[in-house]
Amino acid sequence: MTDVTLGMPQLPAPDYPAEVRSRLEADAAEVIARYPDSRSALLPLLHLVQSEEGHVTRTGIRFCAEVLDLTTAEVTAVATFYTMYRRKASGDYQVGVCTNTLCAVMGGDAIFEELQSHLELGNGETTEDGKVTLEHIECNAACDFAPVVMVNWEFFDNQTVGSAKQLVDDLRAGRTVTPTRGAPLCTFKETARILAGFPDPRPGSVEAGGSAGPASLTGLRLAKGEDAPGRVVSPRHGGAPQDEAPPTHPSSHDAPQRTSASDPHHPAGPVAEEGE
Amino acid sequence: MTVTTERSEHSPEKLLAPVLSAHWDEANSWTLRAYLRHEGYQGSAKALAMDPDAVIALVKDAGLRGRGGAGFPTGMKWQFIPQGDGKPHYLVVNADESEPGTCKDIPLLYANPHALIEGMVIACHAIRSEHAFIYLRGETVPVLRRLHEAVREAYEAGYLGTAERRREKLGVDGLPGLDITVHAGAGAYICGEETALLDSLEGRRGQPRLRPPFPAVAGLYACPTVVNNVESIASVPSILNKGKEWFRSMGSEKSPGFTLYSLSGHVANPGQFEGPLGITLRQLLDMSGGMRPGHRLKFWTPGGSSTPLLTEEHLDVPLDYEGVGAAGSMLGTKALQCFDETTCVVRAVTRWTEFYAHESCGKCTPCREGTYWLVQLLRDVEAGKGRMADLDKLADIADNINGKSFCALGDGAASPIFSSLKYFRAEYEQHITGGGCPFDPAKSTVWADEPRTTLGVTA
Repeated sequence: MTDVTLGMPQLPAPDYPAEVRSRLEADAAEVIARYPDSRSALLPLLHLVQSEEGHVTRTGIRFCAEVLDLTTAEVTAVATFYTMYRRKASGDYQVGVCTNTLCAVMGGDAIFEELQSHLELGNGETTEDGKVTLEHIECNAACDFAPVVMVNWEFFDNQTVGSAKQLVDDLRAGRTVTPTRGAPLCTFKETARILAGFPDPRPGSVEAGGSAGPASLTGLRLAKGEDAPGRVVSPRHGGAPQDEAPPTHPSSHDAPQRTSASDPHHPAGPVAEEGE
Repeated sequence: MTVTTERSEHSPEKLLAPVLSAHWDEANSWTLRAYLRHEGYQGSAKALAMDPDAVIALVKDAGLRGRGGAGFPTGMKWQFIPQGDGKPHYLVVNADESEPGTCKDIPLLYANPHALIEGMVIACHAIRSEHAFIYLRGETVPVLRRLHEAVREAYEAGYLGTAERRREKLGVDGLPGLDITVHAGAGAYICGEETALLDSLEGRRGQPRLRPPFPAVAGLYACPTVVNNVESIASVPSILNKGKEWFRSMGSEKSPGFTLYSLSGHVANPGQFEGPLGITLRQLLDMSGGMRPGHRLKFWTPGGSSTPLLTEEHLDVPLDYEGVGAAGSMLGTKALQCFDETTCVVRAVTRWTEFYAHESCGKCTPCREGTYWLVQLLRDVEAGKGRMADLDKLADIADNINGKSFCALGDGAASPIFSSLKYFRAEYEQHITGGGCPFDPAKSTVWADEPRTTLGVTA
């Protein structure tokens, strides 16, 4: 026998340590019990394994497959379809700048360009300190608050280039950052646990952010005979860029991504792109 | 007629009618306590005392039509559920709001989640369902928190739970149990398509299913299933509580009732406006301060990027299903994205098309390949590297997607292409003959018109 591996990962993927495994199994049982058919628990369970490791690893995929009696291929097929599942280790804070048409036109393109150069990152890359992963995102249903930036899927409304730069600087410096709507930020892993269906345990997190954002109330205030509120904008820390380069096309990230690996020595999937 | 009366007839107080949004400005509007102060769960109390078929008939007679885009009559959807078939029935609420420009369900669920839960209690009674799901897009965690809490409150109060508990708490004999599962998605626009949503909820890749069978016959777990938009279901309690005549007193014969309009873009005051169907964009702009100072409306979408663009000449189109349809577009989600003269239409359409290409699920060839090639052509045109023949090619590819793809995502991708070529072909040609984009993107930002003196301030 030779040791030729053809670049294939060693199977099966490493398991979680026993303590982690039993904890996650208890969580998984709770999630599965919510559905008439266990497979429906797959999306929440992928969020759950992401809450353990920060991204969906081969180990996480193996775990989901085992508790749901699926193959790892079936789980991988699902995990790679949805954009919220990360396939590589990423930052504590996922900073997503909306660059769909409306936000892009209103300033999202300028914000994304500036953050890329400020952090010296490309789309989907993470700062060296492991704090911030920068990406551009699609419409996040907050167009009346454009331009919008999401951090760990909390809303930062009415952003400017300056406020967004301040935001990422604060995140990297460990300063407290408060979303425009929603609860004080928690880490990406903690957010993933909420997405798996486990309510945020922090006292006050549900009421944080008030009843509705200012733009949500524009019509109601008019209907009540009040004047239209002035446009609410974030404090301008840095204002608009002085020499703004014309935006390129930040949406061109459709190239296939690699599936994650538990550790760099055991890469998952083909290690070379076709034709390489 | 005096100027004063004219003003009052066109005043926001007359033109708007907040129902779902009526108490969003109160402290803790999202709690059960606040909802109960505003006639919360009175509609469901009436519904649970009625025969389920009578509830369906009432919603049908009220004329409520789906608020998720297609406008299909909600009561009719419920009526399609076969009864006495021995299978479980499911209600699935589509809260995967992702259509570009659409931003109504997320603020609704954030500020008033109990309107949805009460609507679900009523709908489940009507279609004889004991398990309902809310498929919320995953990217909105603040809303997820409030849904978790609202569902917990509803269990505690006995609106949800086992049969025994509900009978005891609500005092209604013979009531079955009812469970609601809040399910967070994981980022895929296509899951807003109802059959893709069902596949996703079953733990699969979110790809649309061939129809028939329709979900009403074989939906979730191949059982009869109703899939409704958040706003559609949330509108039901008020119909039960105040009656179909009240509902029909708003809007038109074919498009009755109230709805949420979402105004965004280069307007002075963006936001949510709840009023009778049939209001016009001109009325909404007039009452809210118009476009941003010194600028003119250039193009707008009536209901998200999948609805064909309209222009200034359509300002007086009644924003109801028939009115917008007659103007060559669709009411869609009532996402009124307004762009002024600083915006390059080629840039806007290119970006939307990149979105459709990114979100195409890959199942069918016309959409998967077509959206890819549209993006290639549009990028060239926007960069001034296109040829005149490319414009016809764009229209040709769009024609090969529209109506020929597996689901409506493809039709949506074709809409901005067709409509922008119809109204702004000259602008496309200008990009080609001029060798580039004639617009300055800096001028269309929200901060473009701020005095330069404030721009030098740094953090």
